[in-house]
Amino acid sequence: MVTLSVNGETHSLDVDPDMPLLWALRDILGLTGTKYGCGIAVCGACTVHVDGNPVRACIAPVESVQGKAITTIEKVSSPVAEAVQDAWEQHDVVQCGYCQSGQIMSAIALLENNPQPDDAAINEAMRDNLCRCHTYVRIREAIHSAARTLADQGGEA
Amino acid sequence: MSRQHFDIRRREFLITSLGAGAGLTLGVYLGGCDQNAEKLTGMEPEPAQASGEILFEPNAFVRITDDNRVIVIIKHLEMGQGTYTGLAALVAEELDADWSQIVSEGAPADASRYNNLFWGQIQGTGGSTAMPNSFNQMRKAGATARHMLVAAAAEQWHVDSDDIQVEKGMLKHPGSGQQASFGELADLAAQQPVPDDVFLKEPDQFTLIGTVVPRKDSKEKVNGTAVYTQDIQLPDMLVAVVAHPPRFGARVKQFDATKTRQVKGVQEIIEIPNGVAVVAEHTWAAIKGRDALVVEWDESNAFDLGSEEILADYKQRARRPGNVAHQNGNSEKALNEAAERIDLEFEFPYLAHAPMEPLNCVVQRTDAGVTIWNGVQSQTADQQAVAKLFGLQPEQVTIHMLYAGGSFGRRGNPHSDYVVEAASIVKALDTRRPIKMVWTREDDTRAGYFRPLYYHTLSAALDNDGKPVAWQHRIVGQSIMTGTGFESSMVKDGVDATSVEGAANLPYAIPNIRVDLHSPDWPVPVQWWRSVGSTHTAFAVETMIDQLARRAGADPVEFRRRLLEDQPRHRAVLELAAQKAGWGTSLPKGRARGIALHKSFNSYVAEVAEVSLHSDNRFSVDKVIIAIDCGIAVTPDVIRAQMEGGMGFGLSPTLVSEITLDNGAVVQGNYHDFQMLTIDQMPEVEVHIVESTQPPTGVGEPATPVIAPAVANALSALTGQAFQRLPLTLSA
Repeated sequence: MVTLSVNGETHSLDVDPDMPLLWALRDILGLTGTKYGCGIAVCGACTVHVDGNPVRACIAPVESVQGKAITTIEKVSSPVAEAVQDAWEQHDVVQCGYCQSGQIMSAIALLENNPQPDDAAINEAMRDNLCRCHTYVRIREAIHSAARTLADQGGEA
Repeated sequence: MSRQHFDIRRREFLITSLGAGAGLTLGVYLGGCDQNAEKLTGMEPEPAQASGEILFEPNAFVRITDDNRVIVIIKHLEMGQGTYTGLAALVAEELDADWSQIVSEGAPADASRYNNLFWGQIQGTGGSTAMPNSFNQMRKAGATARHMLVAAAAEQWHVDSDDIQVEKGMLKHPGSGQQASFGELADLAAQQPVPDDVFLKEPDQFTLIGTVVPRKDSKEKVNGTAVYTQDIQLPDMLVAVVAHPPRFGARVKQFDATKTRQVKGVQEIIEIPNGVAVVAEHTWAAIKGRDALVVEWDESNAFDLGSEEILADYKQRARRPGNVAHQNGNSEKALNEAAERIDLEFEFPYLAHAPMEPLNCVVQRTDAGVTIWNGVQSQTADQQAVAKLFGLQPEQVTIHMLYAGGSFGRRGNPHSDYVVEAASIVKALDTRRPIKMVWTREDDTRAGYFRPLYYHTLSAALDNDGKPVAWQHRIVGQSIMTGTGFESSMVKDGVDATSVEGAANLPYAIPNIRVDLHSPDWPVPVQWWRSVGSTHTAFAVETMIDQLARRAGADPVEFRRRLLEDQPRHRAVLELAAQKAGWGTSLPKGRARGIALHKSFNSYVAEVAEVSLHSDNRFSVDKVIIAIDCGIAVTPDVIRAQMEGGMGFGLSPTLVSEITLDNGAVVQGNYHDFQMLTIDQMPEVEVHIVESTQPPTGVGEPATPVIAPAVANALSALTGQAFQRLPLTLSA
C-alpha cells in the first residue's frame, strides 16, 4: 500500500511502489488534467507540485512522494495560481491544450519563487515544457501579465 | 430530436462508480443522470456546459435550450486550430447571439449531415478547409434560427417581424417595448416553418466576425477539465499497449509472455496483425507488461534501408526526367543559352507529427455495433475501416469526437491505422469491454506515416538584364496520396498533386519552366504533415528566388515584386510584411533579414525573419514578421495564434527536427532526439492580417512552410552561402 496526499486528501493505493505518480493520478485517482507526453521527463506535460516544487510526475515513483503534499492542475489554488490561469485565458494561450496543464504548473512554480521574472528567467524555468502547437509567444506574454497582476495586487494590499 | 439523443452526444463525462480505498476503479461515461453529475476530475459541473433542455433545433448545427444557451454543433475536429471558436462565431454572427451564450459541441460521425463540403460525402478535417467549407453553411444555420426566432416573437407580440430587432441574444420590439431572450422564445420558434432561404449579412454588417472573441475551449484547457482520448475512463475499461515491429514490414514470429503475466494488473496478451497487445487494468501495468514481453520478429520482409541509402537512390533517380507536373516554353534550351545559371539541390528528411498527445483510441463492441471515443479527424474513413474489420455497416460505428492533443494531420490517417489497431485488439479479444489503446511516445515517433523524405534539383537562369528566364525543378519523394481514398482525385498522370504543390503553381512570371516528379515506392508509411507539399517546395522555390536576386544584384523584395505583376494578393502580403519589418533599414552587425512568400490552402503568407549570427558559429532567429491574406478574417485572434504557432511548427524542422532511418529502423524515439523548439528558441512574432472581403481561406497550415526559406535567406545574406538542407546547419 502506498499513501499519497493529493490536493489535500489522503489516498491509500494498492499499487506497485514503482508506479509513476502520473499513472496513479490519472488511472487510479481519475485526475486526468495531468498529462502523459513522453514518460521520460523531457516534455513537462505531467508537471505537478510536490511540496510546492514542480515535479515531473511521469518519472516520480509513488513511493518517492509519500508523505508529501501533491497538488495537481485540478485543485491548484493560490493568488499566483489564479493570476496565472486568468492570464492564460486572457491571452487565449491554448491551442490543442494538451501541454498546458504542465505549462501552467511550471509557470505557477516560477512566479511563486520569482514574482517578477525577466525573459531569461522565464526561459530557464519553462525551457523543459514543450508545446507542439508552439504557443510559446503567448506563454511568455501570459507569465509577464500574471506577474503584473500580482504586483498590482501587492500594491493594493 | 429527443432529449435522450442529445444526452448521448454531449460532451459531459460523469463519474458513476467511485469505489473506496485501494485499487478503486473510476468509471466515467457519456451521458447518464444529471443528479449524479460530477466532472471526470471530481470538480463541480462546469456551468459553461450546456445543461438545459433543448427546445429549438432548426437544423443540424443549432440548438437553443430553455436556459438560453445556443449550442453550436461543430463538425470539425478541434485540434488546436480553433474550430470550436471560429465555426461558432459564424453561427453567432448571423443569429445575433451573445458570445457568452454560445456553447460548442462536437458533431457525431454522420456524413449525411456533417460532411466536409469540399470533399463530397466525406466527413473529415484537413487541408485547412474547416472555415472555408463551413463559412456559408454555418452562417445559414444561424440565419435560419434567427429568422424563426423573429417569426416567433412577431407571433407572440402580434407585431410585424420587420420591426423586430435582434442584438446580443435579445429580441426586441422597440415600438411596444417588448423583449425576450432566445430561450424564452425557443419553444414557439420551433413551431415556425423553416425558411427555404435566408439572407446572409454583407461583410460591412458583421458585428462579431472580425472582432477578437475569446476561445470557447480556453477555460477547460486551463483548469485541466478538457477531455482528450487519453482521459477517457469507462466502466470495465482495460488499457492496451502494443509491442510493434522494430522495422517496417516485420511480423511477429513468436513471443514469450511468461514475465508479462507476472506483472500485476496485466490481464491479456494477444497477437494482432500489428504486433502483440498487452492488455491491463491500467496504463502503467500495460507498459510494464510490454517491457517484459519477449517478441521474436520475422524480419524476412522487413525494410532495411537507411535515410542515406534512400537519399542516394533519389539522387540517381533525379538524373532522369520525371513525370511532368507543369511545363511552359523550353526550360532546357533557355537554361543552356542564358547568361547566368544557378544549380541547387535540396534534401529534406522524414518528419514525425509528434503531437503532444500520443496516438490513442478507445473502442467498445456493443449490441448495435462499435462505439469509438477519439480525437477523430477522418470520421467517414474511420467508420468504413472499422466496419470492414467487424463486418458491419459504417453507420453502425458510432464515434464520439473528443479534443485532440494536436494532430498536424496525423490523426487523419488515410488507412485509419491507429483506429484499426485499437479495434483489432477488441476483435482479437472478442470482448464487450471497452479497450483504450495507448501508444507510448516511442510508439508514436516510430510508427511512420511521416512527412516523406524528399530530394530536389532546381536549376534557374537569368538573362543579361538579370531577369529569370528558365526554371527547371525536379522533385523526388514518396507519394502521399497513392493508395488512399484521395488517389483518384489527387494523382493524375503519375503526378501526386501534393508532391508538387507550391512548385508546379509557381506564382513568379518565368517564361520557360518545367517541374517534374519521381515518386518512388518504399514500405516507409508516409502522410500529410501540416502544410503537406509546401513543407519542402516553398523552401526550394523561395531560396532559389533569393539566390537569383542576389546574382542579379537586386533587392529580394523588389526582385519578387517585379515577377508578381499579375499576382496582386501575393504582392500585397509581400509588401505588407516588408513594410512592417522595416525592410531596407539597417540592423546591427551580424544580424540580417530574410523574406519568403508562399501561397498554400488559398491563403497568402509572407514572412520576414531577423536572424543573428553568433561568434560560436551558432545563429538565432530573433524576430518574425508575418503578413497573411486569408480573405475575411473571421476570428482575428485565432488567426494570429495560428500564424504564431504555425510558423513555430515550421521553425522546428528548420532548426532541430529530423527523423532518420538506419537499416530500416527509426533512429529517434522520444522528444530528446526528435526535437522541437523550446521557449528560449522561439522568436518574437508580429502578425499582420490583410483586410479583405474575399471568402475566408485556411489558416491552420499556411504559416508553416514560409519560415524555413525566410530564415535560410537571412542566413544567406549573412554568410553568402546557399542553404540546401533542412534542418539548417552552418558550415564550420
